[in-house]
Amino acid sequence: MSQTATLPAGARIDDDLPPALRVRGYWSSVGVRLRHDPATLCFGAIVLLIVLAAIFAPLIAPFDPYKESVVLRLKPFGYRGHPLGTDELGRDLLSRLIYGGRSSLLMGLVPVCIATALGGTLGVIGGFAGRTVNAAIMRTMDVFYAFPSVLLAVAISGAMGGGMANGMAALALVFIPAMCRVAETATAQVRSLDFIEAARATGAGTFTIVRYHVLGNVLGPVFIYASSLVSVSILLASGLSFLGLGVKPPTPDWGLMLSTLRQSIYVAPLSCALPGAAIFVTSICFNLVSDGIRSAMDVRL
Amino acid sequence: MLGYIGRRILFAIPIAFGVSVVCFSLVYLAPGDPLQTILPSDATAEMVAQIKQAYGLDRPLPVQFLLWLGHVLTGDFGMSISTRRPVILEVTGALSNTFMLTSFAVPLAFIVGYTMGAIAGCFPGRAIDRVVTGASVVGVSLPNYWLGIVLVIVFAVELMALPATGMGPKGSAEFSFFRWSDAQYLVLPVVTLSMIPVGIISRTTRAAVSEVLNQDFVTTLRAKGLGEFAVIRHVLKNSAPQVLAVMGLQFGYLMGGSILVETVFTWPGSGFMLSKAIINRDIPVLQGTILFLAMIFVATNLVVDLLQSVIDPRIRRS
Repeated sequence: MSQTATLPAGARIDDDLPPALRVRGYWSSVGVRLRHDPATLCFGAIVLLIVLAAIFAPLIAPFDPYKESVVLRLKPFGYRGHPLGTDELGRDLLSRLIYGGRSSLLMGLVPVCIATALGGTLGVIGGFAGRTVNAAIMRTMDVFYAFPSVLLAVAISGAMGGGMANGMAALALVFIPAMCRVAETATAQVRSLDFIEAARATGAGTFTIVRYHVLGNVLGPVFIYASSLVSVSILLASGLSFLGLGVKPPTPDWGLMLSTLRQSIYVAPLSCALPGAAIFVTSICFNLVSDGIRSAMDVRL
Repeated sequence: MLGYIGRRILFAIPIAFGVSVVCFSLVYLAPGDPLQTILPSDATAEMVAQIKQAYGLDRPLPVQFLLWLGHVLTGDFGMSISTRRPVILEVTGALSNTFMLTSFAVPLAFIVGYTMGAIAGCFPGRAIDRVVTGASVVGVSLPNYWLGIVLVIVFAVELMALPATGMGPKGSAEFSFFRWSDAQYLVLPVVTLSMIPVGIISRTTRAAVSEVLNQDFVTTLRAKGLGEFAVIRHVLKNSAPQVLAVMGLQFGYLMGGSILVETVFTWPGSGFMLSKAIINRDIPVLQGTILFLAMIFVATNLVVDLLQSVIDPRIRRS
């Protein structure tokens, strides 16, 4: 299979190598395709900036995000050194937006990681074992599929009493069935192929076959699907916080800020819209980066 | 045909059963004893035991589940803890308000999304295609609760053209969407709610149209000298079943997923009731609403499947 044929125009191959070595491996050709996709690189840079800002929040934030002030409530942009003004308790809005990225990103990424690990494992087990095991796993997943995702997240975290950990658990549970289905489909497709048969004929055990022959073919679609879930997870997590089911006050969080600032919509409409804009920008950038990686990896879901 | 319908309905029964198990176990996810909300804090051990017996909570869990299922099947969802009214009355009232929102939002989303997607699919790779694709990414990445707030800021706070929240002074009892004084309350929530489906439907339509355009029969149509407009008509007709299925599913998603939008607009629907029930820790209402919404979702999926098999006979043969 020639990997070079799928390279976009303008991608240069090192000419000084002997011809036999010019064919790239899969991952390096994915890298080359990504490097020649300026849009994805640009959105990736924004994602990186948001993540870095959240990690290094104490170094960047101009003020303490928890420091309240009675006289400085709901001040406009640029008021006395507060670039984006202050919120309903007189806290610096820019600092809270920077710190808010921490919980919002955490609640966006952690559930996806948990769901990928658990759902992916269940899917591979189901897809490889087949028959009864597969039926048991997939029919259980079907039940959770019968809930709209927002409803299931709200129901579980609502019943568990809210809070960040419960919210993350609820979101993970929401994503597991879909993740499981993706992994199961990919595994079932590979399972009946000849090279698995060949591996078994050479005496490879089930674990070795799964580890070396199945996982390599399943991880691609699973990874792509997981990356597309991050944006959904950020939206849902902020939605939970917006409903009072996620992060608890006074912790800065975009969804929570949106919900508390909403009370002042007639006084300071512009500051009220800011946290939502942060959610939107983060979610759309993750979405576009995921789309870019998908087309670079050439995976169809 | 009848056999297919029967099989699909039979498949839906275990799902519905599983859904009811999940809804039943929601009570046990709640921290502490489910009785805590009913009992006074100084209740004696005998009192607790007595109430446990009265509510059947001293029986084994499977028995409790079957008893609960029996009550639910006869329409008895228990009493709301905060309003002391039967849950079934509360839920059906709220559901009709949510239904009103979705029954406007889904057709709106279909018209806008299908038009956008069809135009993009007919001109793949052109500028218009990129604009539509970009718009649909925005549609699915936009937090709709935030869009609602922005629309309120623009149209209610700044322009003062539309009401911000609620269903009007008369409430839901006398609401009539034929009167503009009432109907204006629908505009912002419906537009907000239709945002995500517009993104999804336009994406699906674009994919379906460009896929059908590449099929052999389109070449045949062109070869026999059909005008481009007539060819497009054939293509749209062939891509419709797929898009209609997605639209049907969106109806179920919106019925169950309107909680955020309803909270933003304090629209007295099922989602808003759910968020109130969570704040008040009103578990019977929480359980009843979720069960109802999930069952509606299961039923819409079933109806969509059946309708699709009526429109497109290839599905029931496979």
